[in-house]
Amino acid sequence: MKATRSTRRDFLASSGALLLSFSLERPRDAQAAPLPGSLARSRRLDAWIRVGADGSVTVLSGKCEIGQGLATALAQIAADELDVDLERIDMVMADTGRTPNEGYTAGSLSIQQSGTALRQAAAEVRQILVDLAAQRLGAAAADLSITDGRISATTGRSTTYWELIDGVEIEQEATGRATPKPAAERRYVGQSVPRLDLPAKVFGEASFVHDLRLEGMLHARVVRPPSYGARLASVDEAPARALEGVVEVVRNGSFLAAIARREEQALAAATSLRDAARWEGETALPPNADLASWLRRQPAQDGVVDSVGPDPAEVPAAKSLEAEYSKPYLAHAALAPSCAVALERDGELVIWTHSQGVFPLRSSVAQVVGLPEERIRAIHMDGAGCFGHNGADDAACDAAVLARALPGRPVRVLWSREDELRWAPFGAAMSLRLRAGLDGEGRIVHWRHELWSNTHSTRPGRRPSFVAGWHLASPVPSPDAVNIPQPFGGADRNAVPLYDFPSRRVVEHFLPDMPVRVSALRSLGAFANILAIESFMDDLAAAAGIDPIAFRLKHLKDERGRRVIELAAKAAGWTPASVTPRSAESGSAKKGRGFAFSRYKNRGTYLALVIDVEVDASGAVRVEKAVAAVDAGEVINPDGLRNQIEGGIVQAASWTLYEQVTFDRQKITSTDWRRYPILEFPEAPDVEVVLVDQPDKDPLGVGEAAQGPTAAAISNAVFAATGIRRRDLPLNAGA
Amino acid sequence: MAMRIKVNGRRHQIDAPPNTPLLYVLRNDLELSGPKFGCGLGQCGTCTVLIDGKAVRSCQRRIAAIPPNAEIVTLEGLGTRESPHPLQTAFIEEQALQCGYCTSGMIMAAASFLADNDDPTEAQIRQALAGYLCRCGAQGRIVRAIRRAAEKGAA
Repeated sequence: MKATRSTRRDFLASSGALLLSFSLERPRDAQAAPLPGSLARSRRLDAWIRVGADGSVTVLSGKCEIGQGLATALAQIAADELDVDLERIDMVMADTGRTPNEGYTAGSLSIQQSGTALRQAAAEVRQILVDLAAQRLGAAAADLSITDGRISATTGRSTTYWELIDGVEIEQEATGRATPKPAAERRYVGQSVPRLDLPAKVFGEASFVHDLRLEGMLHARVVRPPSYGARLASVDEAPARALEGVVEVVRNGSFLAAIARREEQALAAATSLRDAARWEGETALPPNADLASWLRRQPAQDGVVDSVGPDPAEVPAAKSLEAEYSKPYLAHAALAPSCAVALERDGELVIWTHSQGVFPLRSSVAQVVGLPEERIRAIHMDGAGCFGHNGADDAACDAAVLARALPGRPVRVLWSREDELRWAPFGAAMSLRLRAGLDGEGRIVHWRHELWSNTHSTRPGRRPSFVAGWHLASPVPSPDAVNIPQPFGGADRNAVPLYDFPSRRVVEHFLPDMPVRVSALRSLGAFANILAIESFMDDLAAAAGIDPIAFRLKHLKDERGRRVIELAAKAAGWTPASVTPRSAESGSAKKGRGFAFSRYKNRGTYLALVIDVEVDASGAVRVEKAVAAVDAGEVINPDGLRNQIEGGIVQAASWTLYEQVTFDRQKITSTDWRRYPILEFPEAPDVEVVLVDQPDKDPLGVGEAAQGPTAAAISNAVFAATGIRRRDLPLNAGA
Repeated sequence: MAMRIKVNGRRHQIDAPPNTPLLYVLRNDLELSGPKFGCGLGQCGTCTVLIDGKAVRSCQRRIAAIPPNAEIVTLEGLGTRESPHPLQTAFIEEQALQCGYCTSGMIMAAASFLADNDDPTEAQIRQALAGYLCRCGAQGRIVRAIRRAAEKGAA
């Protein structure tokens, strides 16, 4: 099947820079039906679905599995629309040589972008096959039924997708004319289908890029400088080169690495190089103590993010409150250090990587290694759970640089634990100041939210952003920081309250200088913004003498928001009496209960939760239980969704209670699991998740929904337990 | 230097420097993917294997320090798809992971622990797994999976 293709549309799709100048003409193009998600960008059906004459069904997505079950959810969607058994589907994800370009797997957008695209593409492929079958079987399309690819007429005659397709790919664009099935006719979507990738991981089969073993593969270790500012002054390579198994020492500017036949030989050579290296150059890191006030003193680009009603400063109030909140730099602290394998052969470079964005990685690596983009293929493989821009892209760039030094040999790079915790980007530290006023009836009459922060994304994309790039003899510096604009927001994500306040201002002090390397970490600025908003709502509720949940409902019109709040309260057995602040009783542990709510990005998943904590005599907080209610629209896989919410709550509890990147004025010092402790089994809370299924609403991503509310609910529970408000994270610092 | 070790019931001749950590021998010489490198410091538990039934962090054990007759068991040796260990079955039934990188260490640690305590409480399981890190936050599911395996007689 060959379809006519609109060359103009292709041109538009491939040339974003010219899109604007053509935009006025687009409405005249009646053929260009609006298509959902990433299908609008990659319109060819065969970019998404391949049906083979051998009975195979391959589903392609430009998004990748980053440990949260996306592959399974996408397979469920495709299987339903194609009317094939789930077991028949082979998922191929995030490979610049095979799949559509869907940018980054980030922002809790994969179901919205890739899931909706696949649903439409699959519905269209199914319709094409049904129409073919109708001709062949001499029956009306409406009278045909399909079971796992077999199409049967009421006469008893039947055919299959595999006979109809006969190896021909579906080389045509989506039209937008096929209609996906109504929710009631779906077989897999809405079911807790077990994760497809899970058995391999439970039986120890090679699953991760870390497990990739290629013929003749060499092992490399990069020797990083001791600090951001240090440059390699000199190194005697001879002792390392003399070690057994060492194949090459690569020095390019301050980029230094050893490549050996065996892994422990590469480690020994790297140690030798580290001992022989002399570094020069100063770094000026912020003071570790009182980071928040340091942030507020930095040069800033000020902007008003949101402005509604009169200036809050001009609005009279019966009672006014002000509070400051802070969060430190947080590490991704991926359980596996970053890893990549690269192979250059005949002038072409293949990179196996756990990057969240193989296409942007490819374009930016191309600029660092001096190869045209078309000669590089980046293939995603699983890594350890990924929660944003960690060291994956950097390791891929390391491997690319090293593979170019040894053409024909696959080179595997693995970071050390220390480098992972020192060189991967961190989630940016933030300082926040909130001010609000209440009238005599306990209603908020003005609201002001100010925040100080670096950017929350320095991902490679149009421009490279790699540690290796900084250190090469011809350095490739990262581009200047930019903030992600509203409505998504970066530092200001979720800084605009969802509540109805008659006068409000949200002011951002964006700090362009980044002495500590920062980038995207799960939920970006939303974590601290929601912590501040939802803690402050509790302070205001207490000042107004109103139950915290009743107080929120009094300020919220959004019906879906009200529903999850009420559901969480009911599931947790919330009673106003259970949250009355209690005065400290010396010497014994105290218990308290807190509440928080948000809608992620103000346009994603709604989540409300109740958290119970215990605070011991030293002030150390332990989260005992969390009960969350979640409205993520249509639920593709309830257990997968629960798993993500549970994990999000546990991880956010770890951030809130324990985590903090530490440094002296020269270097990062939190370089192992003792110096960067995370929550462990004895402290892990029980989590209960209540889902609101809305089969007729758009599915929303859930990966980041729990982060902010968890921090706020813990803070509120600590306040309820002790009557003391702790506003600087981590809460257990010094306890 | 050639050394002999016994892994998953099979004897192997290993030609590696004597101070090579067992983890690298398992992963690179024997091409086993169960044990993982997580920190190389003995802090995270992803490299855990059984040596004579006891959980050992294989990144911290030099190959020369392992007696040739010691029985080393990795996740691959615990059970297979055809004949799964009750812990493997329970991890699938509880969907007790997100990314799966910690899974091997969790299952090996639990196998060793259940051999000493075949009917543990949730609190005992949590204590036993202190020092085994999961970044995805699957702790609750992992505890449930181990309880489930204990009920099915994993020990």
